[in-house]
Amino acid sequence: MQNNSNNRLPTPLLRVTKLTKKFGDFVANDSLDLSIEAGKVHALLGENGAGKSTLVKMMYGALQPTSGVIEWQGQRVTVANPAHARDLGIGMVFQHFSLFEALTVVENISLALPPQLRQADLSQRIASLSNDYGLPLNPEALVADLSVGERQRIEIVRCLLQQPKLLIMDEPTAVLTPQEAQALFSTLRRLVAEGCAVLYISHRLEEVRQICHDATILRHGQLVAEVDPQVETAATLAQLMVGSSVHQVNRPANNAVGPVLLQLKHLNQPSNTPFGVALVDINLSVKTGEILAIAGVAGNGQGELFGVISGEEGDRSSRSMVLMNQVCNQLTINQRRQLGAAFVPEERMGHGAVEHLSLTDNILLSRHACNDTPNPLNRGLMGIDRAQLATLNATIGRDYDVRKGREDAQAGSLSGGNLQKFVVGRELNRKPKVLVINQPTWGVDAGAAALIRQAVIDLSRQGSAILVISQDLDEIFELADTIAVISRGQLSAGYAAAQLSREDIGLMMAGSHEQNNAGSGT
Amino acid sequence: MSAYEAIILTIITASTPLLLAAIGELVVERSGVLNLGIEGMMVMGAVCGFAAAHVSGSAWLGVIAAVMGGVAMSLLFALLTQTLITNQVATGLAITLLGLGLSGLIGSDFVGLPGVKLSNVSIPWLTELPYVGRLVFGQDPLVYVSIVLTAGVAYGLKYTRWGLIIRAVGQSHSSAHALGYRVIAVRYACIAFGGATSGLAGAYLSLVYTPQWIENMTAGRGWIALALGVFSTWLPGRLAAGAYLFGGVWILGLYAQAMGLGIPSQLLSSLPYVATILALVVISTNRRLSVINTPASLGQGFVPDR
Amino acid sequence: MQIVLEKRSQASSWMNVMSPVLAVSLTVIMGGLIFAAIGKPPLTALYLYFIDPLTSWWSIEEVLVKAGPLVLIGVGLAVCFKANVWNIGAEGQLTVGALMGAMVPILFGDWQGPWALVAMLLLGAVGGAMFAFIPAWLKTRFGVNEILTSLMLVYIAQLLLDWMVRGPWKDPHGFNFPKSVAFEGWHLLPMWGDGRMHLGLVIALVIALVLYWVMRNNLKGFEIRVVGSAPRAGAFAGFSQTKMVWFCFALSGALAGLAGLIEVAGPIGQLQPHISPNYGFTAIIVAFLGRLNPLGVVFAGLLLAVSYIGGEGVQIELGISDKTTQVFQGMLLFFILMCDTLILYRIRYLSAKPVTGSGDAS
Repeated sequence: MQNNSNNRLPTPLLRVTKLTKKFGDFVANDSLDLSIEAGKVHALLGENGAGKSTLVKMMYGALQPTSGVIEWQGQRVTVANPAHARDLGIGMVFQHFSLFEALTVVENISLALPPQLRQADLSQRIASLSNDYGLPLNPEALVADLSVGERQRIEIVRCLLQQPKLLIMDEPTAVLTPQEAQALFSTLRRLVAEGCAVLYISHRLEEVRQICHDATILRHGQLVAEVDPQVETAATLAQLMVGSSVHQVNRPANNAVGPVLLQLKHLNQPSNTPFGVALVDINLSVKTGEILAIAGVAGNGQGELFGVISGEEGDRSSRSMVLMNQVCNQLTINQRRQLGAAFVPEERMGHGAVEHLSLTDNILLSRHACNDTPNPLNRGLMGIDRAQLATLNATIGRDYDVRKGREDAQAGSLSGGNLQKFVVGRELNRKPKVLVINQPTWGVDAGAAALIRQAVIDLSRQGSAILVISQDLDEIFELADTIAVISRGQLSAGYAAAQLSREDIGLMMAGSHEQNNAGSGT
Repeated sequence: MSAYEAIILTIITASTPLLLAAIGELVVERSGVLNLGIEGMMVMGAVCGFAAAHVSGSAWLGVIAAVMGGVAMSLLFALLTQTLITNQVATGLAITLLGLGLSGLIGSDFVGLPGVKLSNVSIPWLTELPYVGRLVFGQDPLVYVSIVLTAGVAYGLKYTRWGLIIRAVGQSHSSAHALGYRVIAVRYACIAFGGATSGLAGAYLSLVYTPQWIENMTAGRGWIALALGVFSTWLPGRLAAGAYLFGGVWILGLYAQAMGLGIPSQLLSSLPYVATILALVVISTNRRLSVINTPASLGQGFVPDR
Repeated sequence: MQIVLEKRSQASSWMNVMSPVLAVSLTVIMGGLIFAAIGKPPLTALYLYFIDPLTSWWSIEEVLVKAGPLVLIGVGLAVCFKANVWNIGAEGQLTVGALMGAMVPILFGDWQGPWALVAMLLLGAVGGAMFAFIPAWLKTRFGVNEILTSLMLVYIAQLLLDWMVRGPWKDPHGFNFPKSVAFEGWHLLPMWGDGRMHLGLVIALVIALVLYWVMRNNLKGFEIRVVGSAPRAGAFAGFSQTKMVWFCFALSGALAGLAGLIEVAGPIGQLQPHISPNYGFTAIIVAFLGRLNPLGVVFAGLLLAVSYIGGEGVQIELGISDKTTQVFQGMLLFFILMCDTLILYRIRYLSAKPVTGSGDAS
């Protein structure tokens, strides 16, 4: 096939040499070397922001390298665009799915395939292939009606239909239950046995040790190590990723559990959009000094539950929520804050903070009506108390280690981890009696995550009631005294964290606690 | 020609410019772009069409010039909103204000001059058929163009790959980009198509409806065409029905004036605008329908990360 | 070489100031080219357009008289657009405000005195606000797009005015001209100077200054900025989107209505079928050119007023259609939108061209 004699055996399927990508002055990938061999699962490890996504996007043609060489089966190539990558035999499953909600499964898949295929034939091939690999799918279903796991299957089937030689998967298990993840692993093992290569991006070390043959570790855009994951431990891998020993979250025993501060009783909430999730008969209670964590796969009603508890949505006439011994459905979010509650939403940008506003303005955002500062922040006709906001900003910045370009920077200029520390710090600075926090450390680096988790634990041990909503099981086990699981808008009972295993939670995530499963399709 | 034929003919004449402008905008919006500049593109089409036809004496050259005028304005819109990522609402307004001004400037030399009318189709024998001959075989050519375009768009969006790509881009530009589609190029093409049909709609006004140039002769039809898009929930069949309904309302007002029922003419003239508002209210009561068909990224600029 | 836009990490405050300057310069250059293209001396035309109106006290007064309504409507719209509420029916609200305020001289012609004038001003504002409540109600109650409804209502308002001055409110002694009775005494705004300057301009300036302070230092201004740029963050802050829609339409409608009343009780002095040279639409340009900042709107309003007077000047002196004014205004909005891109993005020239095409793949 190729006549350039090579003294190396065997030729790697894909090799990148001195690959560099700069965004302006920022070096996202700094002269990386990496080779991937057929029939193996190769892990790409690194923290958020280490440059993993940038690297694979260049392999997939979604980004163009600033300099460096990509070789495919021994030949130097320029991957011009994703279509070209697919022609070469490279398929990719994105972390954020590239799916179209209002289109059917078959339409979604056909968009990634050559235009000659007829949709009727394609439907048949989807059905047969998805059954072969244990990824059942109904080709005519509307994507909007499918669960996250099913959506991921579309992405995988879409790749497999092109018989890829290399399959790139970006954080595939982040959205899956442990059982779904195991099913995915067996699909991957079968693919590898057929000679396909898999580039597996993750920051979950246990699963990397479970299925990967090689591992490349990135930190701050640079390659720091190539290791055999089978001989490493999770701890050594973590150290390589983070670059220093990993912060251990210190969690003192919880012996000061007092009265209930937050309670939901038979809360029902119909979905207000066609593709939303309805909340069904939700019951929960959080006591002083307790951390209740709600686990669940994304899109099962977490956002809706947060909205009802914060007061941004919900039926004002019902009597299903009690905060500080007071029925509070009729109260606005600011009245709930005045009772001592604080809220941290999932989306930092656009919900918890405003991109083009300064940090002081962003403090004003959630605290203008709290009345818990020495003087009111909003002085009516006297205007806003800017001096006090500046002091608060300095305090929050110091206490929660918010790194910023200048003291009162715009929120949009902070990195994800620093903005999350700011948004959490803004609320914790109030010493709230009740804290509701949705996905506390989603997409932030390990250092910021450890700081935030420690701060949340410390607050609870000082006597606050805390409700954590998270899809990260590691985080749940690190924080929770009590665990409940949400699926399809239904919440399980709360169990002491020590009584539960990951597998138990996985079963509940898949809906084992739901009262009626009439709607389940698969 | 019987009275009913005359009424239906005038309704079709009043509806066709609405349908032409709206079917183009439907494609634009399906690709995720909100172009509020229809009125400006339409009035530019009208003045370019009139001027070219008057100078050359050929109505068909007028039609071509009208299409080019509409496309030119739409490309200006595309340049701003797609390449420079400006606010689509404000840019659409700018197109309208600029179009109204520019058309007035170009047209100032043509006010009161005789125009060239695009003649009706005439097929020996068929057109003379009783009752249906004039209606089916004797319209002006642009009526057939509007119907063919509507059918083509309906079929194309639903069954062709191009249609699928347009819907995909309108649904989620980031997903489409991730799959390797050139979002901005697709949107440029759709915007240009919208400009072309708006230009045609303008040509219809100055070459068929009233073959002369009158300042601001679009009289808000571009905005009504926009409302038709919302009213139809972006479905071409409903769009056509809506366009004929509005044409009917327009003509109803004119007939009532002509009959002199003692109703103030201003009240009758306001009927199309009142009807537009009412139609928007009625359609909004079925929110699920609108939400499902609304292109999810409508009006949002797309910036690829490089 | 390839030119790409690159997002700035912080919005550029330098470009925020420079963008209108750049836009005006580009408009002047394009304007010169247009004049040259239609065979008129470009420099003379530009001089007549932008400088000549400022060379005599008489025309400066005219500029100020035109700037009044533009600023008044423009500050209201600036607040609306900042809050992402798209009231583009100010022209209609202006018309209804004029009609409401004119009730005093037309229906209660005998009521003279300062309170009659105050009543007129209040009625003008109330009329504009009430008319603006129609799109506000349709949006908050039914979710109907306010752009379309507010615009449709412009046509309806103008037809209403047309009917009133040709029908019920026609001056019975007016030789059948479509005009109302001429306003007299306290039904006219106090005037001074050569008899054109009136109280309206003072009102506009005061309101612009108040709104400037509110937008900058008051929680309401903060609320407007947050709800407009990030609705979900607005809900998180406890600000109601629905109330914001009502507030914006009330404010901008009242100011447009006031502007309408000031026109009929000032320069015009009676009702007639056309009471505004598109002030309601031109104010959209004023709002954007003024960076949606009330102080900026004052300057932008003056500039566009100059373009109205300059447009009349070139028409008289060079015989150029007064439509050039509208073209200038449209271009100005265009260029300001273009230049605004530079506030959030910077232009970068890429010299390293990624090789495209898949030829080397096989």
